[in-house]
Amino acid sequence: MIELRNLSKSFVTADGPVDALRHVNLTINNGDIYGIIGMSGAGKSTLVRCINMLERPTEGSVLLDGRDLGTLSTAELRDVRRRVTMIFQGFNLLMQRTCLQNIMLPLKLAGVKKEQAVARAREMLEIVGLPDKENAYPAQLSGGQQQRIAIARALATNPDVLLCDEATSALDPKTTHAILGLIREINQKLGITVIVITHQMSVVQEICNRVAILENGAVVEEGEVAEVFANPKAEATKNLVYPEMADANVALGDKHGQRVRIIFNGAIAANEPLIAKMAMEAGIAASILGASTRAVGDRAYGYILLEIPGGPDELAKAVNFLRQTPDVTVQVQVDYARKEVEA
Amino acid sequence: MNQFARAFQPESLLEAWNVIREDFAFATWETLYATLLATFCAILIGLPLGMLLVAGDEKGICPMPRLLMKVLNVVINLLRSVPFIILMVMVIPLTRVIVGTSVGTLASVVPLVIAAFPFIARLVEGSLREVNPNIIETAQAMGATPMQILLRVMLPEAVPSLITNFTLAITTIMGYTAMSGAVGGGGLGMIAITYGYNRYRYAVLYASVIVLVILVQVIQSFGTWLATKSDKRLKK
Repeated sequence: MIELRNLSKSFVTADGPVDALRHVNLTINNGDIYGIIGMSGAGKSTLVRCINMLERPTEGSVLLDGRDLGTLSTAELRDVRRRVTMIFQGFNLLMQRTCLQNIMLPLKLAGVKKEQAVARAREMLEIVGLPDKENAYPAQLSGGQQQRIAIARALATNPDVLLCDEATSALDPKTTHAILGLIREINQKLGITVIVITHQMSVVQEICNRVAILENGAVVEEGEVAEVFANPKAEATKNLVYPEMADANVALGDKHGQRVRIIFNGAIAANEPLIAKMAMEAGIAASILGASTRAVGDRAYGYILLEIPGGPDELAKAVNFLRQTPDVTVQVQVDYARKEVEA
Repeated sequence: MNQFARAFQPESLLEAWNVIREDFAFATWETLYATLLATFCAILIGLPLGMLLVAGDEKGICPMPRLLMKVLNVVINLLRSVPFIILMVMVIPLTRVIVGTSVGTLASVVPLVIAAFPFIARLVEGSLREVNPNIIETAQAMGATPMQILLRVMLPEAVPSLITNFTLAITTIMGYTAMSGAVGGGGLGMIAITYGYNRYRYAVLYASVIVLVILVQVIQSFGTWLATKSDKRLKK
């Protein structure tokens, strides 16, 4: 279990001190795939580097199974870093060494005998599905393959925790999917706790069970992924969950009208044609201004933004109709501005 | 007829040819010997010094006291700024202590090493600073000690660049050995100066220069080939 307690980090720059992290409190349980998401500059990378003490927190503590990492000696910290390993956006493989040598590196650093290290490295190549790349150099591999080698290297010392710092951000969607699949497999088969740093909600959605949203160095929201998706509270979360929402507001800003936002909080997806039914049964021909929905498991999350023609009566009728649908929240936007009233 | 034209008359050329036949093989050997021995010793001192410059830097993997780093940098810059021919004369007492004499090829190795090791330290520093800082951070995240990072990560990653820079160092030091001919060093430089400059045997001087050019070409080509061959970033 990893506990971050009141963690703060500030850097001294030419323009004065910058607070990269502000009083972060998080608990990551064993076996979690824990997502930490935020826009660039939110402090994600600093946060993950505090977990293995690559960055020393200015304030607060990091507890690994109850042990305060800030109090450890350099030698003890090196042992911890064999149990809490890391993969990176840029893979960071040794370019002048073969894949096998790359995977053997952390073992050699730990003083493992050569034959044992070779055997272990081969085992790792098997796990990441590249047993034939033993003597290849990183430059001969694709990005996805390089990340697999990096994962093999991170797993070589048999860690308890794997930190992924934007590990899929340099990869195309298909490769991202494959790498995330591998990470999930590692989590399930080897029981390794995974912490995923990302700016992509799709990554969190695909593999994480819990998520924390970071904005300006502070955690603005935290919880089960499904819950956070269903009912994003903080503005930063909404922007991440529905990046198109803000766009819809801006694009149609000059057009006054009555708007209704239907938010799906995990409704059983595609059960009924909601908008068509509203047209037929309530006689309201709404136009769709914007929509963003996605499936998490077999449930739908997201929103549809509708414009309701007519006056307040039609609006009330539409809202009443929509609210009959289970697992759906209906919000009325009285004005085009961000001022929203819960219906 | 001036002396320059006279140097290329048939009898002068014949005389030059005799010098070439009798002395050039040994002089070439002396030049190579002084160059390689000096480079080797200079690397022995310069490589660890360059590593120290990078590791001990304020933002390095093992920051050293700032005063120490400052002193190191000043000393290196001082040595680098003394012209080689002056340095040779300045270190004559030291050369006498180490070699027993200040004349001859072996004696010239002492000033060569003193001139070359700060140069090599700077080259090594440059090569190591080129290593991707993310890879160094990765090694730190693996629990590597500063020494392990230097020896197992930074040096192996810098090998192609080090080969390129050491090649540059060898060719530069070869230029210095030729200069050492002016103040008692042996080799092709000594031949060029004693025959060409002191006795107007220009044909001998040109022949020495041609041999030096060929040596530099061969060493440079080999170094470039080796650096390219060793670089695994280039897909093959």
